[in-house]
Amino acid sequence: MLVVLWTDALIFVLIAVVLGFAFHATRHPHLRVPWQQVGRSRVAAGALVVLSVYVAIGLLDSVHFHPRLEAQTPAVGEASQETPTYSTQVISLLDLWLQPLREQEEKTFSAPFATHLFVKEAMEQPDGSVIRAYPRLEHGGAHLTDPARDRAPDILLSTLLGLVQGLIAWTGFLLMVLGLSAWRARESFAQRVLQLRQEPTQAAWRVAVWTLLVMLVLGFIAAELAVKYHILGTDKVGEDVFYQSLKSIRTGLVIGTLTTLVMLPAAVILGIMAGYFRGLTDDIIQYLYTTLNSIPGVLLIAAAILMLQVYMANHGDEFNSLVERADLRLLFLCIILGVTSWTGLCRLLRGESLKLREADYVQAAIALGVRHSRLIARHILPNVLHIVMITLVLDFSGLVLAEAVLSYVNIGVDPTMNSWGNMINSARLELARDPIVWWSLAAAFGFMFTLVLAANLLADVVRDAFDPRLRGTA
Amino acid sequence: MMAYMLRRVAYALPILIGVNLITFALFFVVNSPDDMARMQLGDKRVTEEAIDTWKAEHGYDQPLFINAQAGGLGVLTQTIFFQKSLKLFAFDFGASDSGRDIGNDIAQRMWPSLAIAVPVLLLGLALNISYALMIIFFRATYVDVGSVVLLVAMMSISSLFYIIGGQFLIGKLLHLVPISGYDTGFEAIKFLILPVIVSVIAGIGTGTRLYRTFFLEEINRDYVRTARAKGLPERVVLFRHVLRNALIPILTGVVAVLPLLFMGALITESFFGVPGLGSYTIDAISRQDFAIVRAMVFLGSVLYILGLILTDISYTLVDPRVRLS
Amino acid sequence: MSLSLGLSGCGDGAWNNPYPASEARAKTVYSAFTEQPKHLDPVRAYSSNEYAFIGQVYEPPLQYHFLKRPYTLVPLTSTAMPEVRYFDAEGAPLPDSAPADQIALSEYRIRLRPGIHYQPHPALARDATGASYLYHHLTPADLRGIEDLGDFAQQGTRELIAEDYVYQIKRLAAPWLHSPIAGLMKKHLLDFAELSERLAEAAPAPVDGVRPFVDLRTVPFRGAEVLDRYSYRIHIKGRYPQFQYWLAMLFFSPMPWEAEAFYAQPGLSERNITLDWYPLGTGAFMLSENNPNLRMVLERNPHFHGETYPSEGMAQDRAAGLLEDAGQPLPLIDKAIYALEKESIPYWNKFLQGYYDSSGIASDAFDQAIQFSAAGDAELTEPLREQGIRLATAVNTSIWYMGFNMLDPILGGDSERARLLRRAITIAVDFGEYISIFANGRALQAQGMIPPGIFGYQEGRAGLNPYIFDWHQGRAERKSIAAARALLAEAGYPDGRDPDTGRPLTLYYEAMDAGPDGKARLNWMRKQFNKLGIELVVRATDYNRFQDKMREGTGQIFMWGWNADYPDPENFFFLLYGPNAKVDGGENAFNYRNPDFDRLFERMRVMDDGPERQALIDAMTEILRRDGPVAFGFFPKAYSLYHQWVGNVKPNLMANNTLKYRRLDPQQRAEQRVAWNPPVLWPLGLLVLLLLLGALPAWQMARRRERSRAL
Repeated sequence: MLVVLWTDALIFVLIAVVLGFAFHATRHPHLRVPWQQVGRSRVAAGALVVLSVYVAIGLLDSVHFHPRLEAQTPAVGEASQETPTYSTQVISLLDLWLQPLREQEEKTFSAPFATHLFVKEAMEQPDGSVIRAYPRLEHGGAHLTDPARDRAPDILLSTLLGLVQGLIAWTGFLLMVLGLSAWRARESFAQRVLQLRQEPTQAAWRVAVWTLLVMLVLGFIAAELAVKYHILGTDKVGEDVFYQSLKSIRTGLVIGTLTTLVMLPAAVILGIMAGYFRGLTDDIIQYLYTTLNSIPGVLLIAAAILMLQVYMANHGDEFNSLVERADLRLLFLCIILGVTSWTGLCRLLRGESLKLREADYVQAAIALGVRHSRLIARHILPNVLHIVMITLVLDFSGLVLAEAVLSYVNIGVDPTMNSWGNMINSARLELARDPIVWWSLAAAFGFMFTLVLAANLLADVVRDAFDPRLRGTA
Repeated sequence: MMAYMLRRVAYALPILIGVNLITFALFFVVNSPDDMARMQLGDKRVTEEAIDTWKAEHGYDQPLFINAQAGGLGVLTQTIFFQKSLKLFAFDFGASDSGRDIGNDIAQRMWPSLAIAVPVLLLGLALNISYALMIIFFRATYVDVGSVVLLVAMMSISSLFYIIGGQFLIGKLLHLVPISGYDTGFEAIKFLILPVIVSVIAGIGTGTRLYRTFFLEEINRDYVRTARAKGLPERVVLFRHVLRNALIPILTGVVAVLPLLFMGALITESFFGVPGLGSYTIDAISRQDFAIVRAMVFLGSVLYILGLILTDISYTLVDPRVRLS
Repeated sequence: MSLSLGLSGCGDGAWNNPYPASEARAKTVYSAFTEQPKHLDPVRAYSSNEYAFIGQVYEPPLQYHFLKRPYTLVPLTSTAMPEVRYFDAEGAPLPDSAPADQIALSEYRIRLRPGIHYQPHPALARDATGASYLYHHLTPADLRGIEDLGDFAQQGTRELIAEDYVYQIKRLAAPWLHSPIAGLMKKHLLDFAELSERLAEAAPAPVDGVRPFVDLRTVPFRGAEVLDRYSYRIHIKGRYPQFQYWLAMLFFSPMPWEAEAFYAQPGLSERNITLDWYPLGTGAFMLSENNPNLRMVLERNPHFHGETYPSEGMAQDRAAGLLEDAGQPLPLIDKAIYALEKESIPYWNKFLQGYYDSSGIASDAFDQAIQFSAAGDAELTEPLREQGIRLATAVNTSIWYMGFNMLDPILGGDSERARLLRRAITIAVDFGEYISIFANGRALQAQGMIPPGIFGYQEGRAGLNPYIFDWHQGRAERKSIAAARALLAEAGYPDGRDPDTGRPLTLYYEAMDAGPDGKARLNWMRKQFNKLGIELVVRATDYNRFQDKMREGTGQIFMWGWNADYPDPENFFFLLYGPNAKVDGGENAFNYRNPDFDRLFERMRVMDDGPERQALIDAMTEILRRDGPVAFGFFPKAYSLYHQWVGNVKPNLMANNTLKYRRLDPQQRAEQRVAWNPPVLWPLGLLVLLLLLGALPAWQMARRRERSRAL
């Protein structure tokens, strides 16, 4: 039974907007040309491949449903057989795919690739005596008879297997894409390959192809290993850290993108109105954003999160599953982050509209008596779109990082939700252990760093391409 | 100039009132006076009666914004909002809900905040400008490319990692400085080293990258080309022309944040146990001490507006074409 | 930067010493506080972080013996334990053996030791003639240059008298002081409620937020009366044996009227000079520096009354060296400095570096500190033993439990269905595992409400909760999940499915957990319910909201704890006493109401310890186990670590004035600190070297570039 969470719905709206915009951009050269420039950049190509892997995982994790329950034990049901019963749990496609990772839980901490628990436990020996030792894991490396001897060869073998699978998948994918493009360009396949390998204009494609190879190989190796071991260890209650890191991707992406989407209408409309109409409208809008801006953001966020808790406490019956509660909190966080961050964009747009308003063609249109709404839509809005785009891309990584800090102050996402911020927050205590528990922190760091780095690199290229002041300098 | 200042101050008033309104609305939606009373009275054996007396004592027994029962002006004045806001505008912060005088605490905790923020600002500025200059000097070489990648990587690391890592490395492994804490006078220096270093390093990524773009913008101007064409060595061009002109956006940016230095750094302060205003605010939020939160928000907005005014003034100082109007 | 490093680096101390080098050899205990204490006025203070300070300053008439177990009350400022006499409704005296329902009034007579003096304090300073107080009529001019209490030039003292105790009891009734126990005392102290009303009427209104001084000496009060200079009596309605424990709590410590008269003067409160911040007592220490933003300093009270270290204790105390100081005048140290330290990790690291003298163990540092021997006993790990650190353990007088709201339609109520459901859940939630994951085994699984060390606790098989546990090979073993599932099916929820909808039963857990560990705890809780096929929805919220829900009785399942005020079973069972229900403003968060239990409770609470009381307690425990409104969780154990230079350590969870017994060897401490914290410099050198190496090619390139431009 399909469940559409609030953020799911908004994600699909966002995708629609992006597609619509892409369509719009292809038909307008002032948008198309910079994007083509972005596409030619080697850095951007690599970053885009990495980002699309993240996005793909995030999207898989955004299709939620109630899993169907197997029929009940025969004792009860005669009538209940006709209608299938669904669990109250909400899981996503990603959960379904990662079923083994999700369900292979240990008791508590275990290190990456470990076969034994990280802490000693009292174990009853066959002769009745009790010793304290590291017990074998229930799932990690459970297929090995003698872990000390078999583990290294087993890991090596699985890695090789994953490598080969990755290579095959990559080759297959490449052949398909090249064949398709050769067919479309009506060239021979060999020509196409040669072009890709040698032509300087195709440099970006080469980077993309190699990045893809790395991602595919890594993915397949991880897939091979993850079913047998906890490749990034387990956390305090024995959950697989790799699974948590993958689940956190969606949280990061949602915060980074939905926040901007939520604030966009207000920022664009108010910013343009302030610059275009000037006078009283301008004063009011300026007052609004100066006031909001002067309240420390942390306080606004804390208050909003508390407000949501009051609401949920009073309307407890409306949120029947954990996922829905966590989702609403995530959405709220996005909205309130939007409220604190729209002012910057709004001010930029106001300045730009002030300038555009004085342009000859706009003055001419005003003189001709064109309606305001039409004028804004035809002449002002298209000319500030590049600013919107730059802000959007630049804000993304900042927001992903902000999530971690907010979780630290306990006003971030719901504590039961998987997020890098929550992982880092719990890792604070793990660092004080001796021997140190480093894998949660390292995993969160690695996944977050990759995403933010890719986003930052892309943002750089996008800004260089769109910002007329910098065009051609760097 | 005088008239301009007066007008800006007058303009600030409605903003401050707005800020206050929002603070009140937000805080009271989530925290009824009952909650506040319970928080202060502790959670063992509290009676309704005690809560009522507490509210009466602290002036939380009136309606929030509008008092329908009072006559005349009392409709607006005999409310929590009016009573509590009026004093703020005279910078009389009164006592916190737990009974301590807020003005006194702020005056005391301001110094540790400044002791961290000022060195971080100055050191960060010096380091970022020199690094950015170096990148510009070596532009389009491996130094440039490598540095930009490094900067982006540094930007992509959450500030929490810097703090956790710094404490672990310098404090725990190397035994160079105390891990956390604070003291007054010169004793404070050894406590400040670690947070200052960590904050400066955490700021390199964003700062240097920003300044690099400022420099890049300047270096493509015509006057720079002319200077270079005259045969001036690159060093001289960079320092005499590029740096001097790029300093304008850099410094005006700094001026805007100057007043906010007082507010301190929230996370850094609480991690390193520095008793500054940042940790004061965080504590007040977690203890739900509304009087302190209100005072800090008010102070924050006043300083923010001050920053805006200073920026405007600094523009006129560096560029005589800009007039204050 | 290198200059400042050099500055702090010279001298004989370690570089990372957070304290001035000059203090290294003083007899000073270093400790920390994590949260600003809110109230230091004994009328209001009621939390452990406040007692850590004022417990050393104020002295109630009684105290707990430092070494004896079970916890025993001994006189502190009084000459002997209070004399208790009983009277019937007509005022005629009754024998001690009189049944509780005949007793209408109890009288406690307390006689003080003469010659006890207050700490030096400006409020007690008199002028040269000694006739009038120097600082009781302060003018704004007098206050110029006064920033804190130490700025007053003169200080004075006076003898402790019975009137001071009576004065404080009257303060408990003053409505403007918000004493948390005022509500409770109204029930027990004669004339207390009436006094409260009288004071509310008589008291003048505050001026500018400062309430003018009300001299409570002139207010008559039948509940507590001065008999002569050194003795006073307290009147209790009916019989209330637990009252003697209250006499060891700080609420009943003395307060000189001069203190109130002094602090009520205008101009002091805006300098944060209030009774709530600057205590005035007779204890072994006085609060000499009070800066809750930075540190609190306790210093030896020069007028302390010559109490000596106890000369008797338990059998093993002598071997443990706890009696070596017997007969020494207290306190054994000069000073205690408490620094503000909010995060646990820096605290732990500084403890290991020798900058704190003692430490609890955060759960995550546990493996570093403690290991279990083959026999299952806790012992220190090798690195810590090498550092000479010692471990002290004790079971807390507190309980953590999982509660069910008895007003809830699904889980609550008296039906057999609900009872089985609760029992199945109680079996499934494996607190044994909880203890091992989240408390590293530092707790005892609870079989009933009463922790060990308190009258009524049953050990071993006699104390087994047979509904949840089986007795197996000399140990209590939790019943299997299969048994729980069987109970669940019996209750009408086969496989955890709700028979009406066929979907899994959904229950709600009210969580207030938000710390770094919160996520793990909540996930663990969900796993427990999953074992039964029940879907647990966690409603995470903040503590205020959590309490709201408890008060309204809208919660379902929750986890909460209770820390005993005094070592008496009444203080645990009253949490389940019907008329105490939370929805009616009491402390019974379960809203449990069982007439049988309530009747037994009413008899048990007025009884003296003995076999008869034990029988009642066992009967009450049985009722609770059968009804199961509460899943008894665990009794946490307190593990604390001490460095080798700290002596006379024996955890005493009831006494809060143990600082005076602490011994210290500062010489050894100073040496160890230097030995443990050698600065490691080579990474810095390496860094400089790397930078230089990196700069070299750049420098060459710069030269080349410069030359090519110049051409």
